[in-house]
Amino acid sequence: MATLEQSAEPRSDRPTTRELLTRGDTRRKATDRVMAVVVTLAFVVALIPLLSLSWTVLSNGIGRLSPYFLSVSMRGVFGGMDAGGIYHAILGTVLVTGVAALISVPIGIMTAIYLVEYGTGPLARAVTFFVDVMTGIPSIVAGLFAYSLFSLFLGPGVRFGVVGSVALSVLMIPVVVRSCEEMLRLVPNELREAAYALGVPKWLAILKVVVRTAIAGIVTGVMLAVARVIGETAPLLVTVGVIDSINTNVFEGRMMTLPVYVFRQYAQGLVPCADGATDCIATINIDRAWAAALTLILIVMLLNLAARMISKFFAPRTGH
Amino acid sequence: MSNSPQLARPTAAETAAVAAPAPSSGAPGDGPRTPVRGHPHRDRAGRAFSTAATVAGSTILVTLAAVAVFLVLRAWPALSASPEELTEGIQWFPEGTTLLGFVGPMLFGTVLASVIALAVAVPVSTGIALFISHYAPRRMANALGYLIDLLAAIPSVVYGLWGVAWLAPRLQPAWAWLSETLGFIPLFEGPAANPPRVILTVGIVLAVMILPIITAVAREVFLQTPRLHEEAALALGATRWEMIRMAVLPFGQSGLISASMLGLGRALGETMAVLMILSPGLTYSLALLQAGQHQTIAANIANQFPEANPLGVSTLIATGLALFVITLAVNMAARWVVARRKDFSGAN
Repeated sequence: MATLEQSAEPRSDRPTTRELLTRGDTRRKATDRVMAVVVTLAFVVALIPLLSLSWTVLSNGIGRLSPYFLSVSMRGVFGGMDAGGIYHAILGTVLVTGVAALISVPIGIMTAIYLVEYGTGPLARAVTFFVDVMTGIPSIVAGLFAYSLFSLFLGPGVRFGVVGSVALSVLMIPVVVRSCEEMLRLVPNELREAAYALGVPKWLAILKVVVRTAIAGIVTGVMLAVARVIGETAPLLVTVGVIDSINTNVFEGRMMTLPVYVFRQYAQGLVPCADGATDCIATINIDRAWAAALTLILIVMLLNLAARMISKFFAPRTGH
Repeated sequence: MSNSPQLARPTAAETAAVAAPAPSSGAPGDGPRTPVRGHPHRDRAGRAFSTAATVAGSTILVTLAAVAVFLVLRAWPALSASPEELTEGIQWFPEGTTLLGFVGPMLFGTVLASVIALAVAVPVSTGIALFISHYAPRRMANALGYLIDLLAAIPSVVYGLWGVAWLAPRLQPAWAWLSETLGFIPLFEGPAANPPRVILTVGIVLAVMILPIITAVAREVFLQTPRLHEEAALALGATRWEMIRMAVLPFGQSGLISASMLGLGRALGETMAVLMILSPGLTYSLALLQAGQHQTIAANIANQFPEANPLGVSTLIATGLALFVITLAVNMAARWVVARRKDFSGAN
């Protein structure tokens, strides 16, 4: 358009056609540059919380994190005592999450197999839709559900490990289904057809060919799902409760879990120390919260890293 | 995918597996048999397997229904109680209100915090998604995406700690400045609370927490933009930004909407960060910078639940039911938009 206007009223400093064709509109170019900066800034802005959070947790938590902190519980620890640890919380987290995985993994994998290998018609469509919807259930609602379920049969005030595991499974199953489904769909159809051609029945072909081919991806998906629920706090707060000592029985009694421990220590706040007290640390609860948060993040990151490693090194060769 | 007809019908297979007697003596070659059906023994195992898969799939639907049913059952004592009973029976229940009057302000607070989070997170994550899909070098795109995904791996309780210890003190001057210069707008009415345990701070933390999911969905959608559309725009002389505005954004619009709704669903149900940062209060105030004005449903449940009596627990579960219904509606709408988009997208 610029060409037409300018050729209509000739001027002495008229640019040549070649210049017009190669030179961009400066305003448009400027907008382009500004937007490139804005878009890059958006990415940089998102890195601020990631970096500051990592640094804050690391610098605040590293001080108290020690073998002693990892190996003792909070039993008999009170006031500003320079003592206490997270052994009971780690144990509780491992047990509660482990039971949740035991519940969710079989259901999740079988649902994925159903969706990929068997599912047709309205049921499969409904399951696909509601798996997605289920990923959006608020974690606290999952906790309330597990509590309602058990308290209806066992009376009010139930709090033990398995209740928390059920709550976590509600959150975990859809994640497992999603990732397993994706992995099963990646298995080339030729493999299935080759198995059928050899006379292998369908169920055996699924178990021995399809699932075995996708196993690395499935393990990765399960580990990511575990990493996802291991940091859940709210559902465990309402279903498993808090306790200061070690409890290894998931069917009876309250258990401490790592995320709840972080919250609990934070909520207890500063300790009023008497003047001149030598063995009293005012900020001991907050310090413990940071150290436990660091442990929690390390566990989650290790799980993530291990999952990526598995999917990278044990992935089947695709041949193209 | 091949579906043999006898396996596709779960109920028939189920009844057959139970009813059919196991012919264990049927040696191969005894009678005429079709090569597809195979050994009768194996066929039974196949049916059992397909039944197990179908049952597992149905568990999803049963679980969702069970969540609704059990919440209603346990919330019933509170739903059917009169306001007087609630006030008498529960220590923290405000006097002279109904259950609806109790949930109302919290619902308002929940929605307010989520809307702030969304208003911050959607532009930023659109930018991040564009950066990863169209600006960053192709080889780095995966690694950058993983970096953003790391934000999703951090537990919410840690976000709470970070929000209180790192973010809040740094936001305080900004909030003070906002209330001084823009205080005439009701939203920013002063005085700005110090420490800033206010809903605007909560909104920022929630925004960080929902960034990864919005970015992940938006990135996928932007990457699906037909290559030909982009190249056509560039061939017409469009700059990169004009190409994005003409080809990428219109194509990704509905995907972006559903991504935002997924983020909204997350923000509505977020508990710990709100519980740890917000100083609660039950009002319909619009003042984002004042403390003790707002509370969210989820945070209130986590706060009161451990020490609540049976009627109190019922009341909290009733509020949880309200939260469940809202998030369910938001998520279903989002998924519906995504599903509809798949059918009409020009990508395939």
